[in-house]
Amino acid sequence: MKKIETKNLKLWYGKFQALKSVNSAFTANRITAIIGPSGCGKSTLLRVFNRMNDLIEGIRTEGEVVIDNENILDSKTDLVVLRKKVGMVFQRPNPFPLSIYENIVFGEKIHVDHVSKESLDEIVERSLKDVLLWDELKDRLKEPALRLSLEQKQRLCIARLIAVKPDVLLMDEPCSTLDPQSTSRVEELMRELKNKYTIIIVTHNMQQAARVSDDTGFMLLGELIEFGQTHNIFTAPKDKRTEDYITGRYG
Amino acid sequence: MRNPYRTQKIAFSLLFLATLLIVVPVGLIVIVIIFKGFPAINWQFLSDIPRQGMRSGGIFPAIIGTLYLVAGAIIFALPIGLLAAIYLSEYSKENVLNRIIRLAIINLSGVPSVVYGLFGLALFVVFFKFGASILAGSLTLGIMILPVIITTSREALESVPDSFREVSLSLGVSKWQTIRHIVLPNAIPGILTGTILGLGRAAGETAPILFTVAAFYLPRLPKSIFDQAMALPYHLYVISTQVPNVDEKIRYGTALVLLALVLFMNLVAIIIRYQFRRRKKW
Repeated sequence: MKKIETKNLKLWYGKFQALKSVNSAFTANRITAIIGPSGCGKSTLLRVFNRMNDLIEGIRTEGEVVIDNENILDSKTDLVVLRKKVGMVFQRPNPFPLSIYENIVFGEKIHVDHVSKESLDEIVERSLKDVLLWDELKDRLKEPALRLSLEQKQRLCIARLIAVKPDVLLMDEPCSTLDPQSTSRVEELMRELKNKYTIIIVTHNMQQAARVSDDTGFMLLGELIEFGQTHNIFTAPKDKRTEDYITGRYG
Repeated sequence: MRNPYRTQKIAFSLLFLATLLIVVPVGLIVIVIIFKGFPAINWQFLSDIPRQGMRSGGIFPAIIGTLYLVAGAIIFALPIGLLAAIYLSEYSKENVLNRIIRLAIINLSGVPSVVYGLFGLALFVVFFKFGASILAGSLTLGIMILPVIITTSREALESVPDSFREVSLSLGVSKWQTIRHIVLPNAIPGILTGTILGLGRAAGETAPILFTVAAFYLPRLPKSIFDQAMALPYHLYVISTQVPNVDEKIRYGTALVLLALVLFMNLVAIIIRYQFRRRKKW
């Protein structure tokens, strides 16, 4: 099932065109990796899906991005609703300077009036279990989240995100600050999560894309050069530029 | 032949001397005031009204007057200053109007305090007919410390990492909710620090209260915000220059109380800032 589709998506930062007619389709319950060299527009594309690019002044888009049959680029789109549905995990683990517990219930407390202590407790337990942190942290919920290890922080950020019940998880180089072992554990987590969510991951790391994703898109200079099943992209790329990139001829 | 070690020694000595020159006056002021003023400090001095034409008795009404003025200034300046700081830090975009606003704030902080006094006289005392009163004096002091509060609050708000705002928005939290629940709580220590520094300044200034509130001699406590009041800096000025034969002890005692009040406020600000820096980990 198609979850997200982009049609002739173009984006400009001022005069600079960062995305050039991107056509793509992202399937539910699969992990799609977007790869490409620095500055190719992969993070920009990711940030179109939850309209985080709106924070930057002088941005302009054309084309359509359809999520669940709605063009989210429409000016009438309710960003609060969109961002609850399409959540994001950032490059640097960025928990709030609050307790572990308060980090996870942050969204729920703001979105829902008079939420009961029991339902908050339940959200914390369920979210932490989903990111496989519950056993480690269940007795430390009142501790400041900033005291956790980097990997735990990033898992906590994922827990904080899934506590607001999104459908789509956008991940912007979620492992780039983690060591190899933590990375492989987070990748394991991603495979678990794809049963419930549509996951799109931007990564610098081609091995990671090959390991974790079902589909892969390769971007270069704002263009989506090739898009298809990961296996095909890595073993039989159709485009010469894709081949050059995955064989390591670009930076 | 040049001796690099000798020139280095000379440079070092000059730098050290310049630094020492800053410390010396501060130290001397504090030491002289403590030595000469401390003998005057006793319970009666702090709790009694001035007597015998301010040549004896205490300075209680001046202490209370200063506290009222400082409290009044903060009631006016903190809400306005904080709201302006939030607008400037979170909402304003780069355009001509905002550049003018920022320039105005910078210039406001450079206006001599006596000009604030005249302005307060014209606007609050005369035009709004508040008369010389705590209300007029507080408003004048409030306007004087607005730039301090706006500038420090804005710095505090802007020092909250953008990543916090970004995450909060990405969780479907609106911009105002983000400011309310993430930005403000993390900026509060900085805002408090700035506010207290502003208060310290308001407590010590003479010129702005000269025409707007300060009573020469008023041996009772003010009953309402439309009353005049005595205030420490003005009282010090009066007993030092306007009243003959005031015991030196009383003058320095008054100065010591004022200095202690201002230093105490600054100390609180420093402690808050220190505590915050220690806790902050991002």
